[in-house]
Amino acid sequence: MSSVECKVVIGLEIHVQLLTKTKMFCGCALEFAGEPNSRVCPVCLGLPGSLPVMNRKAFELSVMAGLALNCKIANFTKWDRKSYYYPDLPKNYQISQYDLPFSEHGFIEIPVNSGDAKRIRITRAHLEEDAGKNVHTAGNFSQVDLNRAGTPLLEIVTEPDMNSGSEVRALAIELQRIVQYLGVSEASMQKGQMRFEPNVNLHIIKDGKEYKTPITEVKNLNSFRALEESVNYEHSRQLEEFLATGKTMEMGNKSTRGWDADRGVTVLQREKEEAHDYRYFPDPDLLPVKLTDEWIEDMRSKLCELPLQKQFRYVKEFKLSEYDAGVLTAERAVAELFEGAVEQGGEPKRVCNIISQAGLKLANEAGRSMAELNIDAEGVAAIAKMVEANEINAGAAGAILAEMTKTDKSAKAIAEELNLIQKSDASELEGLVDAVIAENPQAVDDVKSGGKKSKAARGFLMGKVMQKAKGQANPKIVSQILAKKFG
Amino acid sequence: MSDELLSLSCRKLTELIRRGEVSSRKAVEAVFSSIEKTEPVVGAYLSTFIDESLERADEIDSKIAAGKKVGKLAGLPIAVKDNMCTTFGATTCGSKILENFHAPYNAAVIERLLAEDAVIVGKLNMDEFAMGSSTENSGLKKTVNPWDVNRVPGGSSGGSAAAVASGMCMAALGSDTGGSIRQPASFCGVVGLKPTYGRVSRYGLVAYGSSLDQIGPLTRDVADAGLMMNVIAGHDDNDSTSVNEKIAPVPDYLENIEKGIEGLTIGVAPQFHAGADVEVLSAIEDAIEVYKGLGAKVVEIDMPHIDYSVAAYYVIATAEASSNLARFDGVHYGHRTAKPEDYIEVYSKSRAEAFGTEVKRRIMLGTYALSSGYYDAYYLKALKVRSLIRSDFTGAFEKCDCIMTPVSPTTAFKIGENIDDPLKMYLSDIYTIGVNLAGIPGISIPCGFDGNDLPVGLQILTPAFTESKLLRIARMFESCTEFHKRRPQKV
Ligand SMILES: [Zn+2]
Repeated sequence: MSSVECKVVIGLEIHVQLLTKTKMFCGCALEFAGEPNSRVCPVCLGLPGSLPVMNRKAFELSVMAGLALNCKIANFTKWDRKSYYYPDLPKNYQISQYDLPFSEHGFIEIPVNSGDAKRIRITRAHLEEDAGKNVHTAGNFSQVDLNRAGTPLLEIVTEPDMNSGSEVRALAIELQRIVQYLGVSEASMQKGQMRFEPNVNLHIIKDGKEYKTPITEVKNLNSFRALEESVNYEHSRQLEEFLATGKTMEMGNKSTRGWDADRGVTVLQREKEEAHDYRYFPDPDLLPVKLTDEWIEDMRSKLCELPLQKQFRYVKEFKLSEYDAGVLTAERAVAELFEGAVEQGGEPKRVCNIISQAGLKLANEAGRSMAELNIDAEGVAAIAKMVEANEINAGAAGAILAEMTKTDKSAKAIAEELNLIQKSDASELEGLVDAVIAENPQAVDDVKSGGKKSKAARGFLMGKVMQKAKGQANPKIVSQILAKKFG
Repeated sequence: MSDELLSLSCRKLTELIRRGEVSSRKAVEAVFSSIEKTEPVVGAYLSTFIDESLERADEIDSKIAAGKKVGKLAGLPIAVKDNMCTTFGATTCGSKILENFHAPYNAAVIERLLAEDAVIVGKLNMDEFAMGSSTENSGLKKTVNPWDVNRVPGGSSGGSAAAVASGMCMAALGSDTGGSIRQPASFCGVVGLKPTYGRVSRYGLVAYGSSLDQIGPLTRDVADAGLMMNVIAGHDDNDSTSVNEKIAPVPDYLENIEKGIEGLTIGVAPQFHAGADVEVLSAIEDAIEVYKGLGAKVVEIDMPHIDYSVAAYYVIATAEASSNLARFDGVHYGHRTAKPEDYIEVYSKSRAEAFGTEVKRRIMLGTYALSSGYYDAYYLKALKVRSLIRSDFTGAFEKCDCIMTPVSPTTAFKIGENIDDPLKMYLSDIYTIGVNLAGIPGISIPCGFDGNDLPVGLQILTPAFTESKLLRIARMFESCTEFHKRRPQKV
């Protein structure tokens, strides 16, 4: 047996659809779905004589994303035409950015197993317009829907710095959080607002010699799971292929494979990447964009704390677990709710529990995000404080939160209304305890006798008091009174 | 009566219409009777809109009768080159590929003409996609020169120049990528102005060379060009390359048009005279003498890089064209081949069947120039030449107010004379092309006739966004000469 060491190497090409009201170069509305060819105009139809006008908002959002990815933002950037013929591309060129993208040389930090961050380098990020869609229905022809044509896309290219399917998944999730936090994109993979194309190959050391397998680009990935599984699949497939054929990068060209989610395999789409000549040249219809340092700094000041930084801070500052911090920072609105409630005096762990257990359960049930529920930081803080003060028990938090989504009443008012306030008045509780003692002489005797039965009898009496108080007695105080009675 | 109306200037005719002394209907009828008579010989129009035009004329007349405010071109019968999109009629660009293309929107200039109450009577023939210097490259129609029906009207705005010269419209719009307004204006003895790049919106002008194309007027006199500029010049949000009016304000082009420029300095460059016919040169020299008589001074300027302008132009313009014309693919609109085997054939056959030879030649030239491995040697180098030519002009304008040159080395040539020699055809634009590369304005005005009684054009050039001054300089000559008043009698 010869020794084989194998490392999988993955770089990503990512397309993120920007959250603008209108398309990249015209005023057509951007909405998901819609009648085919209902959201088009002369510009995105590529009609003769029409001219593109840059969507400033799209540019701003892109720069925000570039800054969040620690990229160098160019002071001078321009638009280029990328030429190729395809029916879903009405001008037969795509407006993109070639040699002078607006941002380059960045990095993104992703959480890895040990609770550390790994830095993945970003080669570049540029803006471009999306193509339409070819629709293949019945019959010996295709139709073209241009609703999507002209949608602003941010293309992000990473260096091949990832070494496992789980790292690729972590990057995808992290990038999604970032663009969602910044309001740059809705970034739903299901809606195709975020598309990942991993480039995968293996670096194999066999008998002391290094080999690199041919690069595969994987397409059709519409979930994080598909992304991770396809990379893992390629890992083993390429290793098998190498062991069987010895084929390396120098010999085989890059190929494109599609992910078949049902079968859990990648399927060859194109063997040899054609040597495309896109004949890039500067688009004469658009002016270059010149950015001053002041403007770039102004955009930088609009950035918020990024999710992973937040996550690590929560662990350090609030002593939360990695897991809890991850849950709280998954969505910007949730993190803000958490931080707001802590700011208003809620104990962090308590607030975390209310949000991550009761809150997210409610959101799930409603099929909405936390942000869409009628819950504010003040309310969450109030609930946390009531639990902390033993005014309610921890289990009551969920009921109050649920009620809060329906009314604008305060946490206290809801707790009272639902009779969730615990009786903590010692003299009132003492009366109940006395009554229970009077009614249960046998149990009282057992307690007094000490020994084995004593503990069980004390529990029995405790239960009777709680029963009398209809569950609203503060158990701590009842236990104190019982202790006093029996010494 | 109708001929009389058509011999008026646009300013005069619209004034009479506005005052109710002549109806717009009368003017439109006069134009259509002229079209009826002349069009069968000249062939300037690709489409005419008689019913719509009369209807619109009546609307304008009734607005005037009701005392309502009307626009600067009230009731004037005007025609446009068929590469400007209109919601009425087809927009063909003189090409079979767009023979049946009906645009769903109006070009910005069309909207401006309509907003000023012009009546658009028809759309004019041109070299296919504005590629040519004789209108012989039209895929749809043959247009002849009204001064001599055996000669070309020039191009690519040949239909525009021929229609204005022969009284088939009061004024026309053309487009100029390398001389396509000025050269036909010169061949047909009318005024043709190419404004500064960015002065007039290109929105709705079917692109040939996007960084060079500019729409401008063809008229019978200089002041009418000013009137048209008052309507079409200005910023357009839909055209990113149209210039902000805060940076370059739009003046009233008629305001000082009768005021000559005191102490005018005319730049003359030997490079701009090389290769021109003797008769053309002598007409230009005579014209400059006229200016001298008006007190102008002549200085010699050097344009060391202008000799490279044709080469640079045919790289840049064709590169842009190869990309601009990619959209004509038979998929979305325009001609589609009858029985394609697959979608690749939809492209290749549709384009092979419907594009003319010159268009194919330029698409191939441009595709080659942009191809990987050749980009630096051709496209990038052409851009460098372009900036050298620009600085040639900047340097020259430090020494003079304007530059005067012939528009073309020859007067109108015979139909078929140059068609088999594309290089010779390209060289006929040698004096005009540098102007587009530099983006500056240029005008062609009638300045004489050759031995065959064919008009000669004088080209005057001024710095960017000084069309007002350019028109005043042109008007100085026009106001003391009669060349612009001569009309072709042969048709
Ligand atoms: Zn649109």
